[in-house]
Amino acid sequence: MKNNLLVVPVILPLFTAILIFLISNIKFQKLLSFVSTTFCLATALYLTKQVSVKGIQTLSLGDWPAPFGIVIALDLFSGIMLILTMIVSLAALIFSFKTIGSERENYFYYAFFQLQIMGINGALITGDIFNLFVFFEILLIASYILMALGGKPYQLQETTKYMIINMVSSVLFLVGVAVLYSTLGSLNMADLSVKVGKAGDQGILKVIAVIFMIVFGIKGGLFPLYFWLPRSYHAAPSAVAVLFGGLMTKVGIYAILRVYTLIFAPTLSSINNIILIIAGLTMFLGVMGAVAQMDFKLLLSYHIISQVGYMIMGLGLYTPLSITGAIYFLIHNIIVKSCLFLISGIAEKLRDTTDLKKMGGLMATDPSVAYIFLIAGFSLAGAPPFSGFFGKFLLIRAGLEKGSYLIVFVSILVSFFTLYSMTKIFKYAFWGTAPENVKKVQHNHYFGLVLPAACLALLTVFIGLNTEWVYSYVNSAAYQLMNPDLYIQAVLGG
Amino acid sequence: MNSLILKTVATPVLYLIVSFSVYVFFRGHNNPGGGFIAGLLTAGAFVLQYLSFDSKTVKSNFSLNWKKLIPVGLILALGSGLGGMILGYPFLSHSFGCFYLPLIGELELATAIIFDLGVYFVVLGTALTIISVIGGKD
Repeated sequence: MKNNLLVVPVILPLFTAILIFLISNIKFQKLLSFVSTTFCLATALYLTKQVSVKGIQTLSLGDWPAPFGIVIALDLFSGIMLILTMIVSLAALIFSFKTIGSERENYFYYAFFQLQIMGINGALITGDIFNLFVFFEILLIASYILMALGGKPYQLQETTKYMIINMVSSVLFLVGVAVLYSTLGSLNMADLSVKVGKAGDQGILKVIAVIFMIVFGIKGGLFPLYFWLPRSYHAAPSAVAVLFGGLMTKVGIYAILRVYTLIFAPTLSSINNIILIIAGLTMFLGVMGAVAQMDFKLLLSYHIISQVGYMIMGLGLYTPLSITGAIYFLIHNIIVKSCLFLISGIAEKLRDTTDLKKMGGLMATDPSVAYIFLIAGFSLAGAPPFSGFFGKFLLIRAGLEKGSYLIVFVSILVSFFTLYSMTKIFKYAFWGTAPENVKKVQHNHYFGLVLPAACLALLTVFIGLNTEWVYSYVNSAAYQLMNPDLYIQAVLGG
Repeated sequence: MNSLILKTVATPVLYLIVSFSVYVFFRGHNNPGGGFIAGLLTAGAFVLQYLSFDSKTVKSNFSLNWKKLIPVGLILALGSGLGGMILGYPFLSHSFGCFYLPLIGELELATAIIFDLGVYFVVLGTALTIISVIGGKD
């Protein structure tokens, strides 16, 4: 019942952040965050291996037994998410060494970076819905600071909007948790799952389910609630945008998948058509926004919205295959999206702008960046050898099997538009002639800039070529999600 | 503000408030009180100092960097959780026991007090950092 190693991904970043506050030497801060993040990644890998061998791992904090105290539970889905979080964080961290600048470093950038990781990891492994709220708050507060650090007027303006929308969603979250507690009398997710099955009044449960959909929909950037996302991600510095674009919305999607498969599974059959409609509109409007943009980072931010639609499509179909597809797509998307944001950061560093019309000629001056972009862009659009193809393949096949032809049609259409907007970036940023007086980045700096993006691009190729191996893990993660009894038994015992 | 009455009273009252905050701190184990409110009380005593003297005098009287209290408090709180882990219990496990101490007599000692002490330092550090940043010119 107890595995103390489970708290390491949460308390190690916290401990690192505290040490960074105490030590003002920037070089030491960098070294410390690098070592800690690497160690966290190793722990995440080890823990997920343990879960795949021994089943779901749990820990009752403070030795208080399960439905009363706070429980941490790690199943394969959260394990996979934990690994991806640490990979992306490591990439963003290495990238920020070269790009973030001493102004932000002096105001404890690395400490808040670690606190952000702590919040994300905590949200992924907790088994208690109120605790989920707390970790969401931690990651949000850290993200406000990371976004506002630097203090440019445009940044502050966008951070204010971002803060307001997220506070509204946090209040709704708290209301949802309170109503849930007053209805069912528990906050432990496994216990809630048991009690939902026995509850008499299903009407109020549907209301709560919709409240949670709105809350996580705001955080995840779903159809009517995504308006805040593109501009606020555009305002953040590149290294932070990698972290946000790669992970933040996906934590919202993780929470939707977790809460809906575990707690609201009985109500899902009555609202899954609505979820599919939301998914379709999110995909389509997101990609339309992307097609219209002429700014590298804004274009990518609209793509985040579009891709989130695919994951929700997996939930809306709600078959074992579609959940497998959704998790696979989530893995693929976290890696590729972070990679694309890293490239936009490199391009910004090289050209001092994110406006596509003013870039041009990156293919001639920096061919390695262009090739990495080519891999990531094709992968995002879903071209066969890369990971994006298999994610979309699983989802579309699940849609065809269930007979939901309209959503399948929309998802294929959106893929074409995705490809179109990627070629647009390629045409304007990489082809053409370079603007005059382009500054040359020194060779040793260059390596640090390109390395994280190259590693992530290699990872998407690796996942594409080793689909069988990844699929076996994703399949058992989906199996655990589709059978909440496994989770309940692991947390509550017997 | 340059008031002789305030200056005369502020320092004796400092001792009074701080000792009361210590009382509230220990009372918090089983009754209303604890690290958070004790930290605020102590901060209140120092705010009175800032009000009666200028920030330079306060700085020379108490040569403490308030900002550093925050990580120290966090380490204490985190450490109290780790202690149980080293002995093989889950994270954040606490224990208590009754001890006989000379002069004081029978006394219940709990490890949870370390966590509370951490909270005390964090609250004190945060409150005074905010006050000295907003109020002080330097």
